[in-house]
Formats: sequence, structure tokens, C-alpha cells
Amino acid sequence: MTVVKTTFDRRSFFKSSLLAGGGLMLGFSWLASCKVRPEEALTLPDEWFEINAYLKIGNNGVVTIYSPNPEFGSNVKTSMPMLVAEELDINWDVVLVEQAHFHPERYDRQFTGGSQGVRRGWDPLRMAGATARQMLRQAAAEAWQVPLAEISTREGVLYHEISGKSAGYGEMASAAAQIPVPEEVELKEPKDFKIIGTSRKNVDALKMVTGKPLYGLDYYKDGTLTAMIVHPPAFGLRLKSFDDSEARSMPGIKDIFQIKTFLDDYERNFFDTNAFPDLVAVVGNSTWEVMNARKVLRVEWEPFGEQSFQMAGFRGSQTVRVPGGLENTTEHKAQMAAMAAKPGREVRRDGNPEQAFRDAAKVIERTYTAPFLPHVSMEPHNFFAHVTEGRAEVAGPLQAPELTEQALSARLGIPLDKIEIHLTRMGGGFGRRAYGHYAVEAAVISRKVGAPVKLVYTREDDITFGVFRPTYHMIYRAALDADNKLTGLHIRGGGIPESPLHANRFPAGAVDNYLAEDWSIASNITIGAFRAPRSNFNAAAEQSFLDEVAEAAGKDPIDFRLELLKRAQENPVGERNDYEAARYAGVLELVREKSGWGTEAPGVHRGVSAYFCHNSYVAQVLDMVIENGQAVVDRVSCAIDCGIVVNPDPAANMAEGAIVDGIGVAMYGDMSFTDGKPDRDNLDSYELIRTSDAPRKIDVHFVKNEIDPTGMGEPPFPPVMGALANALYRATGKRHYHQPFINGE
Amino acid sequence: MAIFNLNINGKVREVDVDPSTPMLWVLRDHLRLLGTKFGCGVSVCGACTIHLGDVAVRSCQLAVSEVGDQRITTIEGLSEKGDHPVQKAWLEHDVSQCGYCQPGQIMQATALLKHNPEPTDKEIEEAMYGNLCRCGTYTRIKAAIKTAASS
Repeated sequence: MTVVKTTFDRRSFFKSSLLAGGGLMLGFSWLASCKVRPEEALTLPDEWFEINAYLKIGNNGVVTIYSPNPEFGSNVKTSMPMLVAEELDINWDVVLVEQAHFHPERYDRQFTGGSQGVRRGWDPLRMAGATARQMLRQAAAEAWQVPLAEISTREGVLYHEISGKSAGYGEMASAAAQIPVPEEVELKEPKDFKIIGTSRKNVDALKMVTGKPLYGLDYYKDGTLTAMIVHPPAFGLRLKSFDDSEARSMPGIKDIFQIKTFLDDYERNFFDTNAFPDLVAVVGNSTWEVMNARKVLRVEWEPFGEQSFQMAGFRGSQTVRVPGGLENTTEHKAQMAAMAAKPGREVRRDGNPEQAFRDAAKVIERTYTAPFLPHVSMEPHNFFAHVTEGRAEVAGPLQAPELTEQALSARLGIPLDKIEIHLTRMGGGFGRRAYGHYAVEAAVISRKVGAPVKLVYTREDDITFGVFRPTYHMIYRAALDADNKLTGLHIRGGGIPESPLHANRFPAGAVDNYLAEDWSIASNITIGAFRAPRSNFNAAAEQSFLDEVAEAAGKDPIDFRLELLKRAQENPVGERNDYEAARYAGVLELVREKSGWGTEAPGVHRGVSAYFCHNSYVAQVLDMVIENGQAVVDRVSCAIDCGIVVNPDPAANMAEGAIVDGIGVAMYGDMSFTDGKPDRDNLDSYELIRTSDAPRKIDVHFVKNEIDPTGMGEPPFPPVMGALANALYRATGKRHYHQPFINGE
Repeated sequence: MAIFNLNINGKVREVDVDPSTPMLWVLRDHLRLLGTKFGCGVSVCGACTIHLGDVAVRSCQLAVSEVGDQRITTIEGLSEKGDHPVQKAWLEHDVSQCGYCQPGQIMQATALLKHNPEPTDKEIEEAMYGNLCRCGTYTRIKAAIKTAASS
């Protein structure tokens, strides 16, 4: 056993240095579960000294860094601790990384989403390392009775060169833990980075390839019962009654009962999205027994009319109305076409677009659509909960634990500080795990049965419970003058139940006459964030359209985009353009060079695409070849400007995955509805991309600069859909306007 | 309920379960061998892949009563220290993102290489077709299989 020394009377680093105030360091139960990686050859120290919320140092110099954000595969559990280690000035080989539990008193933003992890952690995590280094230096200065300025560090060792004294961090950790947190620290210049910008392998890699229990589905305690829920089979239906007489007598079944996820007067929060708050819960000894009991449970559902609920918003509580009815995809398509035929809500206007279209030598108008999409993370939804009198211990996959904790607190009537959330590694998330209804369900069930409970969704539950990417419809119109100059652009975009429009993104700012409108149609089908929300459709539509306009203008598609970006950079139209034209052009120029654009071999059909989202810029060239009469993606070249790249090889891995994901979504992704019921409920009917459709080669190139890191998880995903459509056109002569492309439209 | 003595990772393990129980849930719920993952329950995602003898099978579709005395190997039994050539290749290529599907991918790849030590790209694609990776690590998986094959 090792002893953990902490200083309970000291404010945690983060709150004291950045927020000027904040709570004491409370609740160290999470430290009890600290385990080192078994693969580590490191000798564990006899004593640990906690320097701040992000790190503790062992008396032998081993350092544990707590990774604050939930990990769903974007590698924050490696890259965020690298930021701490950089400024602490230690050798990465002596670092152990532990997932921090949800601890809002200690960490600022324990949220995974929006490609913001490294961006928002960039300053606080580096400061955590720098602060600790400063405290170690100060401890050495006091021990050696020399001025602080004369103490230097190098890879975990403190030096006083004048006297020749030196000491490892471990030797000074005890004293450093007593030093007041400095109010200011200096951070390194990028040129001095030793860890940031070098590729470091995933800290959980060995655990993952040896099948260690890392995920929510693997989280058990003694006496844990298995629970499953039964939810309405269609949007627009609710629970009417159920007959559990047969199911209750099935082997291994403990209890069957109704649960309510929301109390009647509950004001929902942003991530409480849930079409099915009234459920039947089946609880038993094992998963298979519960699955079998569920099959013989007889449940009646009933349709219902318009509903409303209160939702907390930035402007106070708002009433949200949801229509009743059983919706159909065929009706959705007709509704969207009808809405798109009328003027929408004007969001942005530059110049005189009507005049530009009247004067045009050529007008090109195209309509693009995309369906609802389920997220289908590989790990189905699940959650562990153990609720006892006045306390709740919960664990599982959550992207937004803060709002989930608030939902738990409100539902259980247990104060926030009596709810302990353990963040497990997530088997994917893609936005879906921000919506943590399953955590509340597990907790309600645990309290009812008085035991620890593991709630497990089947894949069918996971897909059909909802919170989909919305379905979208976008009309693009371009006006070209007699010189093939783009003189007008008109975008009318909408969706069910929300519009995808980004009115201030490129090509806004590059066209004199511009009109952007949007519209939406209410629905009772729940929707939520899906990797690169809205952009995941806009890029496909916009980049396909620009390709077609470039062709109509007789221009090379990269040159055409660069001309527009030059205009946006030198003489932008309007003032609200939310991109930097020079960086946008930079990735196009880089991908042009790296792909050997214009020098492709015969038989290679190329599509290009570029997009800006989540503060980063990505351009891609997709090479398609025809083999045995079939289109094959041979290679994708990808250029990314996301500022400083913290961990290059895993970042490239994520871009590779985003490219594969994007090709898969554009080719196959499709959720439709019949009488409110999702038409596909498992991976035999809902198609995900498989290995044979992945590009044979993906080259990822990063723009080198010293800009603070911007988004990485989402930006490489949207543009590849456009590159795919454009390459398909060159390979087959057919343009694809409607996702999924597999349908041939 | 019935008692089954199963040969799992070189040890005999006794379980008392319904004979129709899929091995996936025997492993996870009754033996707490949690490396074998639940993904779809209908044998189309590959997350639950184990070896029955030397053959890769989907444990979600293999009833415990069908196993008899055949050897079962799970990801936990592939090597003692994670140093099977396929696991080492996965580490070298830093394949995993979320990592959830990777035990199944590794079990599938291991069975492939056992039967076909030098697979072509096409043979790799065919053998790995049934293993989904939602993060899209397919290109690295292929590269890792080639590395393992050459080691």
C-alpha cells in the first residue's frame, strides 16, 4: 500500500489561480481507486504528494497525472496529460495517467465534445504543470538556501549549478506540497517544447489490446444486478400499461416495474433530450435472463397529442412544445420540399442577390438532402448505479457529466456533493453520450431495488431510443456572369427539426451578392449533437456544389476555391465571416502539393473538398479507381490546420478514422421512419462502413504553425463527404445529391 | 439451469446457467472475463469474437450448450502479458481510438494468421469484413495485421 499525502487546507490549483476563489479540495475517495497501469515497469513510490488537482509526485519521482476529460476515443487521456508533463519538465516515461473522476470543484471543464478538449485545456493544464514545477523549484531554493532564480530543472531533476547541488522531483515533492500555490507562472515558448509535438502512444493501449475492463459495460461491484428498459417502439407513443405476470416468473428475475426519468415539474436541461421518459424496467441476476424475460413482457402503448415541457435556457425557463403523431419519412420528404419551395427566414444578405440572379449568364441550382442518423457507438448505452440513502455512486460513459449530475440530483433529491460520478472509458460517443438519460434510469432502478445495478441497452434499444442527427435539406443557387465569375450565391437550408445553416461561413464573404435563409419543421423525433453538428451535412452539400459551379465556370476546382478565398482575404464581403481565409487557402495549397494534384495517374479520379469547422481547417483529395467495375477509394490525402498538434500520430489516426467515418456516413448512413418507428434497429439493417470500403491509404499532413491548438476530433469528418461525391462524379459521370449515396441519387 | 465445465484459456471453469445462454454472457456475467465485448447481439459486428478451438466465432451466437469440451480462448487468454505478435503489432501501430472493438478485431486477426500466415490485402479484407470499427481504424488494423504476419 502506498500512502497518499494531500493538503486538505489548500485551495486546488485551478480555482485559486484562475477563478480567484472556489472551494476547498474535498472528497478524495477517488484517490482510493487509483491503480497504475499494470504494464508499467515503474516502481511505485512509498508516498505520494499531491501538488495540485492535476498531479501528484511520488517520493521516487514517479508522477501521476489526472486526465480531467472523459475519454471517448479522441485520445485526450494521453494528449491532455502531455500538456501537464511538458510544463512540469519531466520525462514522459515516469508518468502514470489516471482518469479523474467527475470533480467540478477541482476541474473546470470535464466535458468531451465540440473538439474543445485540448483547446480549452491548453492553458489550465500547462499551468498545472508549470505551477508544480515552480513549487518544486521553490522547495529546492529553500532547502539549499539559494535564490529561486538560480534553480533550474531538466526532466524531473532540480539543479543549482553554482553549488553543483541537484535533487529529483521525488526528493522535493514533500516540501513542494507545502508551498503556497504561486499566483503567476511562466509558460514555455513553443520552440522549447519537448513533449508537445512529439508522438506518444495511447496510455491505455496495452489495456485495450489485452481486454482489461475499462468501459462502463465492464464496471461491476459485488452484488450488481442487471437491468434493462423497455421503451416505446415508435416516436409519438407512450406507455399505457403492461402485464408482467409471465415475465416475472422467468428464471433469475428480481423485479419488474415502471420508472419515470423526469419528475412531473422538472425543468429539463440541454442534455436531457428524451422522447421516452416513461419506461418499464426489468431487473434480474444476469443479462441473458433479463433479455429473455423482456421477450415475454406484454406492454401496451398509446399515441398522444402535442406535449410541452419546461427547459432551462440562457434566457431563463422556456416552454418547449413537441407535436404528437406518428411520423413517416415519406411525409418528411414532402414537408421539406414544400418548405424549401417558400422563402425562409432571412439570416444574412449581402449586396443585391436578386439582381445578381436576374443578370446572370448562368444559374446553377441544386438540392441536397441527408437523412436522420443514429450514432451507433460500438459500446451500447449502459450505466452502473448504486443509490443508497442520501448517496449515489454511478459510473459509465458520459460526455457531459456536469449536466447529467444535475439531472441525477434533481431526480433523486440527492445533493450534488453526495453524487459520485466515475468516468469510464467510452466505447465511442460521437455526441450521443452527452445525453445521459440512461444514467438517471440506472439510478432510479438502483434505488427502487436497493442494490447496485448495471443498466444494459441492447443494440436495438441503443439505436431506437433516439437522439439522432437531424434530417436536412439544402438548396444552393449560384449566379455566374458572362466571364464565369461567381456573382451571386443563395442558400436556403432547413431540416427536421432544425436547420443546418451556417450563414457566415465560406463562401459567405467571397461573393458580392449573397442570401442565406433557413427554416425548420417541428418533430417528436429527438435529435442531438452528432460529430461536427450541421457541418456534417453542410460540407457535403457545399463542397459538392462548388465543384459543380467550378466545372460550369470552366475552372479547376482548387483554383476556383482559392480565387474565392483570395477575394475573402483581400476584400471580404460583410463583417461577420467566421473563418480566416488565409488558413483556409493554406490547407488547400498544402493538399494540392501533397496529393500531386494535376499529376494523377490515368484511371485515378479525384475529388477535392475543404471545410472549416470547430476552429480548424481541413482540405482533402480523394482518389477513386475503378476495379472490376466497382469504384474503390484508393487514397485520401488530407491537410489540416489545427494550430499546434500536441500528439501528431494519434491526431493522424483520428483524422484517418474521421475520413473512414465520413465515407461510411455518406455512402450508407440512413435512418428512416414508418409510423414513428425507426426502420432499422441493428447493424444487420443499419449499415456502417466496413474494412473493405476504407481507403487503402490515407496521408495526413499538418500545417506547421505556433497557433494555440484548435479542434481536431470533428474537422476532418465533414469535408470527405464532398470529396467522395466529387470523385464519384469524375469516376462515374454521375453526381450524387442525396445521402446515402448507395441509393444512387 | 445446468452445470457446464468449460475449457477457457487453458483452465476448466464451471458455470451453472441456462443451456441457451450465449458464451458472450457466460464470459461476461458469470466469469467476469470482460474483454469479450457486447456490440450487436446478432453476430454482425465482431466485438464478441473468441476462438473455439482455432476458429474465430461470435460468442453472442454460441450457446454454452454447444461448446462441450472444445477449447475456448478469449482476449484474456491470448497471451500472458499482451505480447502476442498481433497485440504487439497493435501497439506498434497505436491502432486503438476508443478501443472497444479491438479485442474482437485482434481475435479475428489472430485466427486469420493462424490459418493463413501471409494473407494478401484481399484475404485480410475478407477475413476482417465482419468486424466493425466505428472509429474507423481499418487502415491501421490492416497495417498491424501485415506487421504481425511478417514477425
